Amino acid sequence: MSIPHRHLIICHECDQVLKEIPLPNGGVACCSCCGATLYRHTQDSINRTLAFAVAAAVMYVIANCFPIIGIDFQGNYNEVTLPGAISSVWNQGRPVISTLVLFCIIVAPAVEIMLMICLLLPVRMGQKALGVYPIMRTLQVIKTWGMVEVFMLGILVALVKLTTDFIVIYEVAIWAFAALTLLLASMTASFNPREVWQQLDQIAEDGEAP
Amino acid sequence: MKGKSRLSAKSLGYCSCHVCGLVSRPDNDDDTIDLCPRCHTTLYMRKTGSIERCWALLLASAILYVPANTLIMMETGTLISYRKDTILSGVVHLWVSGSWFVAAIVFVASIVVPLFKIIALALLLMSVQRRSRHWIPQRTRLYRLVEAVGRWSMLDIFVVTLLAALVQIRSLAIVKAGPAAIAFGAVVVLTMLAAMAFDPRLIWDPIRKEKP
Repeated sequence: MSIPHRHLIICHECDQVLKEIPLPNGGVACCSCCGATLYRHTQDSINRTLAFAVAAAVMYVIANCFPIIGIDFQGNYNEVTLPGAISSVWNQGRPVISTLVLFCIIVAPAVEIMLMICLLLPVRMGQKALGVYPIMRTLQVIKTWGMVEVFMLGILVALVKLTTDFIVIYEVAIWAFAALTLLLASMTASFNPREVWQQLDQIAEDGEAP
Repeated sequence: MKGKSRLSAKSLGYCSCHVCGLVSRPDNDDDTIDLCPRCHTTLYMRKTGSIERCWALLLASAILYVPANTLIMMETGTLISYRKDTILSGVVHLWVSGSWFVAAIVFVASIVVPLFKIIALALLLMSVQRRSRHWIPQRTRLYRLVEAVGRWSMLDIFVVTLLAALVQIRSLAIVKAGPAAIAFGAVVVLTMLAAMAFDPRLIWDPIRKEKP
Protein backbone atom coordinates (compact mmCIF):
# COMPACT_ATOMS: atom_id res chain seq x y z
CA MET A 1 0.00 0.00 0.00
CA SER A 2 1.21 3.53 -0.76
CA ILE A 3 2.11 5.93 2.02
CA PRO A 4 0.39 9.34 1.69
CA HIS A 5 2.32 12.62 2.00
CA ARG A 6 -0.34 15.27 2.47
CA HIS A 7 1.92 18.32 2.66
CA LEU A 8 3.44 17.72 -0.78
CA ILE A 9 2.25 18.66 -4.25
CA ILE A 10 3.52 17.26 -7.51
CA CYS A 11 3.19 19.39 -10.63
CA HIS A 12 1.06 17.47 -13.13
CA GLU A 13 2.94 18.98 -16.07
CA CYS A 14 6.61 18.79 -15.13
CA ASP A 15 6.69 16.34 -12.18
CA GLN A 16 8.35 18.82 -9.83
CA VAL A 17 7.87 18.06 -6.12
CA LEU A 18 6.69 21.11 -4.18
CA LYS A 19 5.52 21.98 -0.69
CA GLU A 20 1.95 23.06 -0.24
CA ILE A 21 1.58 26.68 0.87
CA PRO A 22 -1.53 28.41 2.22
CA LEU A 23 -3.06 30.87 -0.25
CA PRO A 24 -4.71 34.26 0.30
CA ASN A 25 -8.28 34.79 -0.90
CA GLY A 26 -8.48 34.29 -4.64
CA GLY A 27 -4.82 33.29 -4.82
CA VAL A 28 -3.39 30.90 -7.37
CA ALA A 29 -0.44 28.57 -6.75
CA CYS A 30 1.81 28.09 -9.78
CA CYS A 31 4.61 25.61 -10.29
CA SER A 32 8.00 27.26 -9.69
CA CYS A 33 9.48 25.11 -12.43
CA CYS A 34 7.06 25.27 -15.38
CA GLY A 35 4.43 27.80 -14.30
CA ALA A 36 1.46 25.45 -14.47
CA THR A 37 -1.49 26.29 -12.22
CA LEU A 38 -1.36 23.85 -9.32
CA TYR A 39 -4.30 24.87 -7.17
CA ARG A 40 -6.43 27.90 -6.44
CA HIS A 41 -8.17 29.43 -3.51
CA THR A 42 -11.78 30.04 -4.42
CA GLN A 43 -14.06 31.74 -2.01
CA ASP A 44 -17.09 29.80 -0.87
CA SER A 45 -16.44 27.29 -3.64
CA ILE A 46 -18.91 24.55 -2.74
CA ASN A 47 -21.91 26.85 -2.22
CA ARG A 48 -21.25 28.86 -5.36
CA THR A 49 -20.61 25.85 -7.56
CA LEU A 50 -23.78 24.22 -6.30
CA ALA A 51 -25.80 27.36 -7.00
CA PHE A 52 -24.41 27.62 -10.53
CA ALA A 53 -25.05 23.92 -11.11
CA VAL A 54 -28.71 24.17 -10.07
CA ALA A 55 -29.21 27.26 -12.23
CA ALA A 56 -27.47 25.51 -15.13
CA ALA A 57 -29.79 22.51 -14.71
CA VAL A 58 -32.85 24.75 -15.13
CA MET A 59 -31.34 26.53 -18.14
CA TYR A 60 -30.35 23.20 -19.63
CA VAL A 61 -33.96 22.00 -19.63
CA ILE A 62 -35.18 25.24 -21.24
CA ALA A 63 -32.40 25.15 -23.83
CA ASN A 64 -33.30 21.63 -24.86
CA CYS A 65 -37.09 21.88 -24.86
CA PHE A 66 -37.63 25.07 -26.82
CA PRO A 67 -36.75 26.02 -30.40
CA ILE A 68 -33.40 27.75 -30.92
CA ILE A 69 -33.99 29.70 -34.11
CA GLY A 70 -36.67 29.82 -36.75
CA ILE A 71 -36.50 30.85 -40.39
CA ASP A 72 -39.10 32.38 -42.65
CA PHE A 73 -38.74 31.83 -46.37
CA GLN A 74 -41.50 33.28 -48.52
CA GLY A 75 -44.17 32.41 -46.00
CA ASN A 76 -42.77 29.01 -45.16
CA TYR A 77 -41.81 28.87 -41.50
CA ASN A 78 -39.45 26.36 -39.95
CA GLU A 79 -37.93 26.21 -36.50
CA VAL A 80 -35.62 23.80 -34.78
CA THR A 81 -34.95 22.51 -31.26
CA LEU A 82 -31.66 20.84 -30.38
CA PRO A 83 -33.07 17.29 -30.06
CA GLY A 84 -35.04 17.97 -33.26
CA ALA A 85 -31.86 18.99 -35.07
CA ILE A 86 -30.08 15.85 -33.94
CA SER A 87 -32.87 13.51 -35.01
CA SER A 88 -33.24 15.37 -38.29
CA VAL A 89 -29.57 14.90 -39.13
CA TRP A 90 -29.84 11.25 -38.12
CA ASN A 91 -32.77 10.80 -40.53
CA GLN A 92 -30.78 12.42 -43.33
CA GLY A 93 -28.37 9.49 -43.08
CA ARG A 94 -25.64 11.06 -40.95
CA PRO A 95 -25.85 9.02 -37.73
CA VAL A 96 -22.18 9.64 -36.81
CA ILE A 97 -22.54 13.41 -36.78
CA SER A 98 -25.81 13.35 -34.89
CA THR A 99 -24.32 11.00 -32.28
CA LEU A 100 -21.33 13.30 -31.88
CA VAL A 101 -23.55 16.34 -31.37
CA LEU A 102 -25.84 14.35 -29.06
CA PHE A 103 -22.87 13.41 -26.90
CA CYS A 104 -21.16 16.81 -26.79
CA ILE A 105 -24.18 19.07 -26.33
CA ILE A 106 -26.83 16.93 -24.66
CA VAL A 107 -25.22 14.02 -22.81
CA ALA A 108 -21.93 15.51 -21.56
CA PRO A 109 -23.34 18.74 -20.06
CA ALA A 110 -26.25 16.83 -18.49
CA VAL A 111 -23.90 14.33 -16.90
CA GLU A 112 -21.61 17.12 -15.71
CA ILE A 113 -24.40 19.15 -14.12
CA MET A 114 -26.03 16.09 -12.55
CA LEU A 115 -22.82 14.69 -11.10
CA MET A 116 -21.84 18.09 -9.77
CA ILE A 117 -25.13 18.31 -7.84
CA CYS A 118 -24.90 14.68 -6.68
CA LEU A 119 -21.37 15.32 -5.43
CA LEU A 120 -21.73 18.72 -3.78
CA LEU A 121 -25.15 18.47 -2.17
CA PRO A 122 -24.12 15.70 0.28
CA VAL A 123 -20.72 17.34 0.86
CA ARG A 124 -22.43 20.58 1.76
CA MET A 125 -24.68 18.75 4.21
CA GLY A 126 -21.62 17.14 5.76
CA GLN A 127 -22.28 13.64 4.50
CA LYS A 128 -20.24 11.39 2.29
CA ALA A 129 -21.90 11.08 -1.10
CA LEU A 130 -22.40 7.64 -2.59
CA GLY A 131 -19.77 6.82 -5.20
CA VAL A 132 -17.66 9.94 -4.69
CA TYR A 133 -14.57 8.51 -6.36
CA PRO A 134 -16.21 7.43 -9.63
CA ILE A 135 -18.05 10.78 -9.71
CA MET A 136 -14.80 12.76 -9.38
CA ARG A 137 -13.15 10.63 -12.04
CA THR A 138 -16.09 11.01 -14.45
CA LEU A 139 -16.26 14.78 -13.85
CA GLN A 140 -12.61 15.09 -14.82
CA VAL A 141 -13.16 13.24 -18.10
CA ILE A 142 -16.57 14.62 -19.08
CA LYS A 143 -15.44 18.24 -18.68
CA THR A 144 -13.40 17.97 -21.90
CA TRP A 145 -16.32 16.72 -23.97
CA GLY A 146 -19.04 19.15 -22.96
CA MET A 147 -19.00 21.80 -25.67
CA VAL A 148 -21.90 24.13 -24.99
CA GLU A 149 -19.75 27.25 -25.53
CA VAL A 150 -18.57 25.98 -28.92
CA PHE A 151 -22.18 25.23 -29.83
CA MET A 152 -23.14 28.78 -28.87
CA LEU A 153 -20.52 30.10 -31.31
CA GLY A 154 -21.92 27.60 -33.84
CA ILE A 155 -25.39 29.13 -33.42
CA LEU A 156 -23.97 32.60 -34.09
CA VAL A 157 -22.13 31.45 -37.22
CA ALA A 158 -25.28 29.70 -38.44
CA LEU A 159 -27.23 32.93 -37.85
CA VAL A 160 -24.83 34.89 -40.03
CA LYS A 161 -25.06 32.30 -42.79
CA LEU A 162 -28.87 32.31 -42.60
CA THR A 163 -29.47 36.05 -42.61
CA THR A 164 -28.32 36.37 -46.23
CA ASP A 165 -31.22 34.22 -47.54
CA PHE A 166 -33.88 34.07 -44.84
CA ILE A 167 -35.74 36.10 -42.26
CA VAL A 168 -34.39 34.76 -38.99
CA ILE A 169 -36.47 34.63 -35.83
CA TYR A 170 -34.69 34.31 -32.46
CA GLU A 171 -36.48 31.81 -30.26
CA VAL A 172 -36.33 31.13 -26.53
CA ALA A 173 -33.56 28.53 -26.50
CA ILE A 174 -30.94 30.78 -28.09
CA TRP A 175 -31.07 32.97 -24.97
CA ALA A 176 -31.18 29.86 -22.81
CA PHE A 177 -28.02 28.58 -24.51
CA ALA A 178 -26.30 31.91 -23.98
CA ALA A 179 -27.19 31.78 -20.28
CA LEU A 180 -26.19 28.12 -20.05
CA THR A 181 -22.79 28.93 -21.56
CA LEU A 182 -22.16 31.57 -18.89
CA LEU A 183 -23.48 29.40 -16.07
CA LEU A 184 -21.36 26.41 -17.04
CA ALA A 185 -18.27 28.60 -17.32
CA SER A 186 -18.96 30.07 -13.87
CA MET A 187 -19.57 26.59 -12.50
CA THR A 188 -16.22 25.34 -13.81
CA ALA A 189 -14.44 28.47 -12.55
CA SER A 190 -15.81 28.22 -9.03
CA PHE A 191 -15.39 24.45 -8.71
CA ASN A 192 -12.34 23.60 -6.63
CA PRO A 193 -11.72 19.83 -6.52
CA ARG A 194 -9.00 20.31 -3.91
CA GLU A 195 -11.43 21.81 -1.46
CA VAL A 196 -13.90 18.99 -2.12
CA TRP A 197 -11.22 16.40 -1.36
CA GLN A 198 -10.29 18.22 1.83
CA GLN A 199 -13.94 18.30 2.89
CA LEU A 200 -14.25 14.59 2.11
CA ASP A 201 -11.16 13.87 4.23
CA GLN A 202 -12.68 15.91 7.02
CA ILE A 203 -15.98 14.05 6.78
CA ALA A 204 -14.15 10.71 6.80
CA GLU A 205 -12.14 11.76 9.89
CA ASP A 206 -15.25 12.95 11.72
CA GLY A 207 -16.91 9.66 10.91
CA GLU A 208 -14.05 7.69 12.40
CA ALA A 209 -13.56 9.82 15.53
CA PRO A 210 -16.50 8.93 17.78
CA MET B 1 13.99 26.17 -14.20
CA LYS B 2 15.03 27.16 -10.73
CA GLY B 3 18.29 25.35 -10.18
CA LYS B 4 17.45 24.25 -6.66
CA SER B 5 16.00 20.84 -7.14
CA ARG B 6 16.05 19.16 -10.49
CA LEU B 7 14.88 15.86 -9.13
CA SER B 8 11.55 14.75 -10.48
CA ALA B 9 8.91 13.15 -8.34
CA LYS B 10 9.49 9.98 -10.31
CA SER B 11 13.17 9.76 -9.35
CA LEU B 12 12.29 10.48 -5.72
CA GLY B 13 9.70 7.72 -5.79
CA TYR B 14 6.73 10.02 -5.24
CA CYS B 15 3.58 9.76 -7.25
CA SER B 16 0.53 11.99 -7.32
CA CYS B 17 -2.90 10.56 -7.99
CA HIS B 18 -4.29 11.86 -11.28
CA VAL B 19 -7.81 11.95 -9.86
CA CYS B 20 -7.48 13.39 -6.35
CA GLY B 21 -3.96 14.84 -6.47
CA LEU B 22 -2.84 13.16 -3.26
CA VAL B 23 0.91 12.61 -3.21
CA SER B 24 2.00 9.22 -1.99
CA ARG B 25 5.05 7.03 -2.09
CA PRO B 26 4.25 3.66 -3.66
CA ASP B 27 5.74 0.74 -1.78
CA ASN B 28 7.99 -1.02 -4.22
CA ASP B 29 8.67 -4.04 -2.08
CA ASP B 30 5.58 -6.01 -2.89
CA ASP B 31 4.24 -6.87 -6.33
CA THR B 32 0.74 -5.50 -5.84
CA ILE B 33 -0.52 -2.71 -8.07
CA ASP B 34 -0.25 0.58 -6.23
CA LEU B 35 -3.51 2.25 -5.42
CA CYS B 36 -4.09 5.78 -4.20
CA PRO B 37 -4.58 5.65 -0.44
CA ARG B 38 -7.42 8.16 -0.64
CA CYS B 39 -9.47 7.31 -3.72
CA HIS B 40 -8.14 3.88 -4.72
CA THR B 41 -7.29 4.88 -8.29
CA THR B 42 -4.47 2.93 -9.90
CA LEU B 43 -1.34 5.05 -9.62
CA TYR B 44 1.22 5.54 -12.34
CA MET B 45 4.33 7.71 -12.65
CA ARG B 46 3.79 8.35 -16.37
CA LYS B 47 0.81 7.64 -18.60
CA THR B 48 1.30 4.10 -19.91
CA GLY B 49 2.12 3.80 -23.61
CA SER B 50 1.70 7.55 -23.95
CA ILE B 51 3.96 8.03 -26.98
CA GLU B 52 2.69 5.01 -28.91
CA ARG B 53 -0.97 5.81 -28.33
CA CYS B 54 -0.46 9.46 -29.16
CA TRP B 55 1.34 8.62 -32.43
CA ALA B 56 -1.38 6.15 -33.44
CA LEU B 57 -4.20 8.61 -32.82
CA LEU B 58 -2.26 11.41 -34.46
CA LEU B 59 -1.51 9.44 -37.63
CA ALA B 60 -5.15 8.41 -37.90
CA SER B 61 -6.26 12.02 -37.61
CA ALA B 62 -3.63 13.20 -40.11
CA ILE B 63 -4.93 10.68 -42.66
CA LEU B 64 -8.53 11.72 -42.06
CA TYR B 65 -7.59 15.39 -42.40
CA VAL B 66 -7.31 14.83 -46.17
CA PRO B 67 -10.90 13.64 -46.85
CA ALA B 68 -12.14 16.16 -44.28
CA ASN B 69 -10.82 18.95 -46.47
CA THR B 70 -11.36 17.54 -49.95
CA LEU B 71 -14.84 16.00 -49.67
CA ILE B 72 -18.09 17.94 -49.54
CA MET B 73 -18.96 19.40 -46.15
CA MET B 74 -22.32 20.95 -46.96
CA GLU B 75 -24.75 20.95 -49.87
CA THR B 76 -26.97 23.98 -50.21
CA GLY B 77 -29.86 24.06 -52.66
CA THR B 78 -32.33 26.81 -53.40
CA LEU B 79 -34.66 27.38 -56.33
CA ILE B 80 -32.02 29.19 -58.33
CA SER B 81 -28.74 27.70 -57.23
CA TYR B 82 -27.15 24.52 -55.98
CA ARG B 83 -23.82 24.66 -54.17
CA LYS B 84 -21.52 21.95 -52.92
CA ASP B 85 -19.02 23.34 -50.43
CA THR B 86 -15.90 21.88 -48.95
CA ILE B 87 -14.72 23.47 -45.72
CA LEU B 88 -12.40 25.85 -47.56
CA SER B 89 -14.86 26.84 -50.29
CA GLY B 90 -17.43 27.46 -47.56
CA VAL B 91 -15.02 29.90 -45.93
CA VAL B 92 -14.32 31.57 -49.28
CA HIS B 93 -18.06 31.87 -49.95
CA LEU B 94 -18.56 33.52 -46.55
CA TRP B 95 -15.65 35.89 -47.23
CA VAL B 96 -16.92 36.88 -50.67
CA SER B 97 -20.45 37.42 -49.41
CA GLY B 98 -19.08 40.00 -46.97
CA SER B 99 -18.99 38.21 -43.63
CA TRP B 100 -15.25 38.58 -43.12
CA PHE B 101 -15.28 38.21 -39.40
CA VAL B 102 -17.28 34.99 -39.42
CA ALA B 103 -15.19 33.68 -42.32
CA ALA B 104 -12.07 34.28 -40.25
CA ILE B 105 -13.55 32.48 -37.23
CA VAL B 106 -14.55 29.45 -39.30
CA PHE B 107 -11.18 29.44 -41.08
CA VAL B 108 -9.27 29.43 -37.81
CA ALA B 109 -11.52 26.88 -36.09
CA SER B 110 -11.81 24.39 -38.94
CA ILE B 111 -8.58 24.66 -40.89
CA VAL B 112 -5.85 26.32 -38.83
CA VAL B 113 -6.58 24.68 -35.45
CA PRO B 114 -6.68 21.02 -36.58
CA LEU B 115 -3.56 21.47 -38.71
CA PHE B 116 -1.79 23.30 -35.89
CA LYS B 117 -2.69 20.52 -33.46
CA ILE B 118 -1.41 17.76 -35.73
CA ILE B 119 1.89 19.56 -36.42
CA ALA B 120 2.39 20.63 -32.80
CA LEU B 121 1.75 17.17 -31.39
CA ALA B 122 4.04 15.57 -33.98
CA LEU B 123 6.81 18.04 -33.02
CA LEU B 124 6.27 17.38 -29.32
CA LEU B 125 6.37 13.62 -29.84
CA MET B 126 9.51 13.73 -31.96
CA SER B 127 11.33 16.01 -29.53
CA VAL B 128 10.36 13.76 -26.61
CA GLN B 129 11.56 10.67 -28.46
CA ARG B 130 14.90 12.34 -29.22
CA ARG B 131 15.09 13.32 -25.53
CA SER B 132 15.63 16.91 -26.59
CA ARG B 133 16.83 19.33 -23.90
CA HIS B 134 15.94 22.50 -25.78
CA TRP B 135 12.93 24.81 -25.56
CA ILE B 136 11.46 22.92 -22.63
CA PRO B 137 9.24 25.66 -21.12
CA GLN B 138 8.14 26.69 -24.61
CA ARG B 139 7.17 23.14 -25.50
CA THR B 140 5.19 22.86 -22.28
CA ARG B 141 3.31 26.03 -23.23
CA LEU B 142 2.72 24.65 -26.73
CA TYR B 143 1.15 21.55 -25.20
CA ARG B 144 -1.09 23.70 -23.00
CA LEU B 145 -2.22 25.61 -26.07
CA VAL B 146 -2.95 22.40 -28.01
CA GLU B 147 -5.09 21.15 -25.15
CA ALA B 148 -6.95 24.44 -24.83
CA VAL B 149 -7.89 25.11 -28.47
CA GLY B 150 -8.83 21.56 -29.51
CA ARG B 151 -12.52 21.69 -28.70
CA TRP B 152 -13.19 24.79 -30.81
CA SER B 153 -12.67 22.85 -34.04
CA MET B 154 -16.02 21.20 -33.46
CA LEU B 155 -17.62 24.49 -34.54
CA ASP B 156 -18.25 23.49 -38.15
CA ILE B 157 -19.95 20.24 -37.13
CA PHE B 158 -22.43 22.21 -35.03
CA VAL B 159 -23.04 24.78 -37.75
CA VAL B 160 -23.73 22.06 -40.32
CA THR B 161 -26.05 20.21 -37.94
CA LEU B 162 -28.07 23.36 -37.25
CA LEU B 163 -28.32 24.39 -40.90
CA ALA B 164 -29.14 20.89 -42.14
CA ALA B 165 -31.95 20.61 -39.61
CA LEU B 166 -33.29 24.12 -40.07
CA VAL B 167 -33.18 24.69 -43.80
CA GLN B 168 -35.59 21.98 -44.85
CA ILE B 169 -38.22 23.85 -46.83
CA ARG B 170 -39.51 21.46 -49.41
CA SER B 171 -38.26 22.18 -52.93
CA LEU B 172 -37.49 25.80 -52.04
CA ALA B 173 -34.37 25.58 -49.91
CA ILE B 174 -32.47 22.63 -48.58
CA VAL B 175 -29.18 22.06 -46.77
CA LYS B 176 -27.54 18.66 -46.40
CA ALA B 177 -24.49 17.56 -44.42
CA GLY B 178 -21.84 16.04 -46.65
CA PRO B 179 -19.46 13.11 -46.11
CA ALA B 180 -16.60 15.44 -45.10
CA ALA B 181 -18.45 16.19 -41.88
CA ILE B 182 -17.91 12.63 -40.65
CA ALA B 183 -14.19 12.71 -41.48
CA PHE B 184 -13.87 16.14 -39.93
CA GLY B 185 -15.65 15.09 -36.73
CA ALA B 186 -13.28 12.12 -36.52
CA VAL B 187 -10.25 14.42 -36.96
CA VAL B 188 -11.38 16.61 -34.07
CA VAL B 189 -12.16 13.69 -31.75
CA LEU B 190 -8.93 11.86 -32.61
CA THR B 191 -6.70 14.90 -32.09
CA MET B 192 -8.42 15.56 -28.76
CA LEU B 193 -7.77 11.96 -27.72
CA ALA B 194 -4.16 12.25 -28.92
CA ALA B 195 -3.62 15.39 -26.83
CA MET B 196 -5.05 13.59 -23.82
CA ALA B 197 -2.79 10.59 -24.39
CA PHE B 198 0.35 12.74 -24.43
CA ASP B 199 2.12 13.08 -21.09
CA PRO B 200 3.73 16.56 -20.70
CA ARG B 201 6.02 15.26 -17.96
CA LEU B 202 7.96 13.43 -20.67
CA ILE B 203 9.12 16.83 -21.99
CA TRP B 204 10.91 17.47 -18.67
CA ASP B 205 12.37 14.02 -18.11
CA PRO B 206 15.62 14.52 -20.12
CA ILE B 207 16.83 17.34 -17.84
CA ARG B 208 15.88 15.66 -14.60
CA LYS B 209 18.69 14.16 -12.57
CA GLU B 210 18.37 10.56 -11.51
CA LYS B 211 18.56 10.03 -7.80
CA PRO B 212 22.03 8.76 -6.88
